[in-house]
Formats: sequence, C-alpha cells, structure tokens
Amino acid sequence: MSDVVARFEVEFSRCLDRDGNAVGPLPAFAANPENLIALYRGLTRTRVFDAKAIALQRTGRLGTYASSIGQEAVSVGTASAMRSEDVFVPSFREHGGQLLRGVTPLELFLYWGGDERGSLFAGPKEDFPISVPVASHAPHAAGVALAFKLRHEPRVAVCIFGDGATSKGDVAEALNMAGVWRLPVVFVVSNNQWAISLPRAQQTAAETLAQKAIAYGFRGEQVDGNDVIAVRAVVGAAIERARQGGGPTLIEALTYRLGDHTTADDASRYREDAAVTPYWQEEPLLRLRRYLSETGQWSKTDEERLQREMTAEIAAAADAYLKTPPQPPEAIFAYTYAALPAELARQRDGLLAVSRVAAPEAS
Amino acid sequence: MSAAAEMVAEVTYRDACRMALRDALVRDTRVFLMGEDVGHYGGCYAVSKGLLEEFGPERIRDTPLSESGFTGIGIGAAMNGMRPIVEIMTVNFALLALDQIVNNAATIRHMSGGQFGVPLVIRMATGAGRQLAAQHSHSLEGWFAHVPGLKVLAPATIEDARGMLWTAIEDPDPVLIFEHVMLYNSGGPLAAGAGAVPIDKAAIRRAGQNVSLITYGGSLPKALKAAEELAGQGIEAEVVDLRTLRPLDDETICASVAKTRRAVIVDEGWCSGSLAAEISARIMEKVFWSLDAPVARVCSAEVPIPYPEHLEQAALPQVPAIVAAAKGVVG
Ligand SMILES: Cc1ncc(C[n+]2csc(CCOP(=O)(O)OP(=O)(O)O)c2C)c(N)n1
Ligand SMILES: [Mg+2]
Repeated sequence: MSDVVARFEVEFSRCLDRDGNAVGPLPAFAANPENLIALYRGLTRTRVFDAKAIALQRTGRLGTYASSIGQEAVSVGTASAMRSEDVFVPSFREHGGQLLRGVTPLELFLYWGGDERGSLFAGPKEDFPISVPVASHAPHAAGVALAFKLRHEPRVAVCIFGDGATSKGDVAEALNMAGVWRLPVVFVVSNNQWAISLPRAQQTAAETLAQKAIAYGFRGEQVDGNDVIAVRAVVGAAIERARQGGGPTLIEALTYRLGDHTTADDASRYREDAAVTPYWQEEPLLRLRRYLSETGQWSKTDEERLQREMTAEIAAAADAYLKTPPQPPEAIFAYTYAALPAELARQRDGLLAVSRVAAPEAS
Repeated sequence: MSAAAEMVAEVTYRDACRMALRDALVRDTRVFLMGEDVGHYGGCYAVSKGLLEEFGPERIRDTPLSESGFTGIGIGAAMNGMRPIVEIMTVNFALLALDQIVNNAATIRHMSGGQFGVPLVIRMATGAGRQLAAQHSHSLEGWFAHVPGLKVLAPATIEDARGMLWTAIEDPDPVLIFEHVMLYNSGGPLAAGAGAVPIDKAAIRRAGQNVSLITYGGSLPKALKAAEELAGQGIEAEVVDLRTLRPLDDETICASVAKTRRAVIVDEGWCSGSLAAEISARIMEKVFWSLDAPVARVCSAEVPIPYPEHLEQAALPQVPAIVAAAKGVVG
C-alpha cells in the first residue's frame, strides 16, 4: 500500500505576452506610467552600456566582458523591486540591476577594465562586488540575510545567479540554510538557458529550476524573465514576504542569452544562429516598448530622445574611464590586508626598487 | 598588574578556548558562533559546551552539514557588519570550504578595491594522535599559510588559546585559528585577567645557545621535551614557537638562528612544499652566513596518517627524531 504524502506545484507568472499585450490585469505599480518608463529607461541604459562595453573590448580597451543582452529584465526588474537599504548580491551578468541601484557606468567600466576601484561603489555601499567563482556568492547573500535577522533589521538580501550555478553545492547549501533559518533572502535564477556551451537540458534533469526550493522547504516559482513587469511583481512580492519574516523564495526567471557567453566566446561553435533568431522576438526591451506604444505611453520621438540621452551618458562614462590614470604598480599591495604586514612591505619596496631601476627617468 | 590578573587557575587548553569564545560573545554583540554541533552537543571537541545555555541558539548556531555554505554565510555576515566565528570540525573538512576561504574571504578586500573587509574568524582542529585515521588527522594549516589575505594562527599554549581569539576577532581581516587535537586536554595555569595577545609575533619558549628548534602547535610540547633531553646531554636548545603561521615572524626566527647558528624545524605537516620548507628558505635568505650546519627538518612521514596507534605514532614527528636531528646539526 502506498499514499501520496506530499504534492507540489510550481507557478509561472507573466504580465505581458511576447507581443506586449497584457494577459490580465497588471500589478498596481504598472498603473503609474512613470514606473513603467523608469523600467524602460533602466533596460535601455543597460543595453546601451552593454553595446559600448563590447565595442571597447573589441577595440582592446576593455577586458573580457559578459554581455547581458536579452536578459536585462531579470536584473532591472529585480533591482526595481528592492529598497535602497536592501543588499544586492549579484553574479557577473547583472549590470542592469547594479546600474539601477546606483553603481555608475564609470565604475562598471573600471571593473570590467580590470581596475578593482570599480567595485568601490560611491552609491550602494553595502551592495556586494561581483563574485566570479560561480555560485560562491549565494551563501554570502544568506550571510547578509542572517546579519539582518540577528540585528532585527527589516531588510532583505537579493541574490542573482545563473542556471548553471544551480548545479553547484554552494547554491544547494545556501538555499538549504536559508530555508532552515527562514532568512530574509530572495534568490533569483537568471535562467538564460546556457552555461557557456552547456544547454539548460544538460544542466539538470529537473523539470524546473524553481522546484529546487521545494526540496529546501520554501516557495519556488517561475516568472517570464523577459517581462520586466512580471519580474518586478513576483520578486517584489517575495521581497516583501521576506521582509515580513516569511523566509526565502527562489524565483526562476526564464530568459535567453542572445549574445556570446563573454567576449572571449564564440557561441556559433556550439549553437546555431538560427536557433537564436526567434528569441529576438521575445526580448524584454521590445516587449515593454510594444506595450508602452500600444497604450500610447511611448512615441518614436520619446525613443529617439532616450537613445540620445543614454548614448551620451554612456559615452561620457567611457571617456572618463579611458582617461582614468592607471594605478601605480605598488597599488597591488594596497588591499590585501587592512594593514600592510612587514613581509608585504618588503615585497612592495622590492618592486619599487626594481621599477626605479627599470625606468630611471620616471620619478 | 591588578590583583585579579594575578589570581591563577588551573585550566585546560579546551577551557581556555571556551573562555575566549565566551569573552568574545560577552564583549561584542556582533559576535556569534556557527558550526556543526556547536550547540547542544558542545562542539566536536567540546570547546563550546555550555555556551548555548548562556547565549541561546541565535548566537550559538548549529548549522546543517555544509562546510562551504556556512563558511560563505560567515563571509557574507562579516561583510555586513557582524563578527562571526565559524567552527569547522577539523581542517580535513575545511577542504570543502576552500573556495570560500581562498577565493572569497582572502580576496574580497582586493576584489572590492578596499570597499569590504572580511572580519571573520574560522576555528578548526588540526593534527593527529587521536587515532582518527587519515581523513580526520591531517595537518594542512601550511596550505592556508600559503594564501595572501589570510592570517593563520596556531596557539600552542593556554595563554594563546585564551588570548589569540581576542585579537583575531578584532582584526579587520579573515583569521584562521588551528587548534591541535592533542592540546585540548593539556592543562596549565592561567591568570584570571589573561587577555589579548599579539598575533604577529613568535615566542621563545625556552632559551638556549646551541640549536634552534622551530615549531608550532601540537609539536611544541614535543620540541620542549626534546630540549629537556638535549640539555641532559649538554646541548642547550632554544625553542621558538611560531604562534602565527602567516605572517611569519622572520625577525624572531632569524635572531634565534643567528644566535644558535643551527636550526631544526619541527612541523607535523608533510615536508614537501611545507611551512618547514618556507622557514628553511627564509633562514637561507636571511641568515645563511650565520649557519654552522644545514637546516634540518622533522616532519610527518609523507603518507596518509594511519589508524593503528603504533603506525600513527610512527608517521608523526617524535621526540627521539627531534633529538637526533638536533644532535645531527650540532655535530
Ligand atoms: C566555480 C566556477 N566554475 C567554473 C567557472 C567558469 N564559468 C564562468 S561562467 C560559467 C557558466 C555559468 O553559467 P550560468 O550560471 O548559467 O550563468 P551565465 O553565464 O549563463 O550568466 C562558467 C562555467 C567559474 N567562474 N566558477
Ligand atoms: Mg546561464
């Protein structure tokens, strides 16, 4: 004899279909056109930044860069649902969210240009720098949430990682502990269907990534990750639940990586360009623009003005980046410890002595 | 010195570790302890016994079995203003958290352009001698001492077990504390007012002129015993307790070797690519011309630490081997 002892469901939410038509009543914030325009601006700014970053990399003026083209709505929608006092713990493809929260394009250019001063955010000082070992930042987000909980602060940590990251132990461990301790943390999977060359189907046999939360005892759900309104609504609800003591949520945002993994990759080696083409009809800027145009909230002139404004802002940031003097060699010793140990001071002095010999005219 | 500081109690190394934890929890509300079985069970080496009753489950936090996860949680909490103390049962399991320790805790100050430090303390047991077999008995602290961004401590005395954590918890950078399993039951006097001690200086535990025995952690009692035996044979050994494995206190090491002109390094780690090798190299670099004999090393045999007692002991640095090595360099 056997009984069913548990049953689970995974919901999928969307507000706009791929043609930009509302599929039902929109969330309350969408009634205010300013909110939607702000989201659209955030998406556009990210895409313009992205294009500039790739152009700089292609001309040898930026390091390897991970484009977020096609998945901007996950990042921007998530960040738009946060309060400024919440803490964002991003992976390396979340420029959209970082920009929306006040990280500057100059800081991002510096970071991707290899200058760690780019992580010294003037804006959101408690937001985390990018953690490059995939998934290793998931426990950090849980740790921030634990700090909030221990101090009884009504704040939430928000962590984004990719579909590939969900196969890592750090995500499993972070989800598990967040569940056991009911931590105020929201995990967002930006499921862009690829982890470098590995397609989603080969990442896991699980039907959804959202269902992984269920194994850890909390809510997991899917959202259309190309629908920024839906992302904001679903992530926003999860954040407020967490703030009220309702514990964590895992949100799988379904999107698509339209570009290469990074500028060091050529995706045509493992994926047909033809397979990508249909996704250009799904992408988040087009979708929101269609909705805004259809509902008379956005015109061609508005679009042109916005493009001009964003292009000018990003170009100015790129200029400032290119004009930023590089750090001197001895800067490598500046941030290993709060105070320089004797051995490191000796190594720094050695470096300075050698560079004086190598370049006697300088100084 | 106050009257309270002069009062002396007989305590074990384990007690001293516990007093240090308790103190940190009392002094600073940002401090909490987290690890496997640290609560009701009292820690796998009984170090945190009684703390749950006193501080409650929020601050004495039993974790699921997730070394990488709770080390990462400690990092995140430290970056957000807390002062976590993470206990990992033994260094053998710290390998599960290597990415968090080496790629994250040690690099975040650098990777954030100085925006974030990681004021995290990670304590763990290390070493052999309790017949726990290869996967519980290794001495891997030398690996961690290789990594810039970390500070690595190996308290070998009651005072250091009591005082190093104090200084470590106030340090703005990640600090790893290695407690040798054979020290927990060792006992000795501790002044009631014993407090913070430096974490960047080695200490001379016994003065001598003829040879320097350079060691740390669980090997310190063996080196002291060897020095005693050597004294009986007319050789005065100086015993240097490294205390801190990163940064190494070259000054104390080299001053001792410059004086004795001979050095034997005693390290329970494996000798190839070891801390003992690093110390030997520094002696060559800095006091080569003072040496009267090649530097000698007494390390563990390069095998997984065996289970049966006689084989386990055969694999570890022992007093007779230290004595023999010292006599070898004294010639
Ligand atoms: C621990 C670790 N393993 C491997 C890599 C190399 N790597 C960088 S990105 C990546 C794929 C990540 O895929 P996903 O999590 O889906 O994020 P996406 O790149 O799609 O945004 C890999 C394997 C890494 N950075 N860290
Ligand atoms: Mg992916």
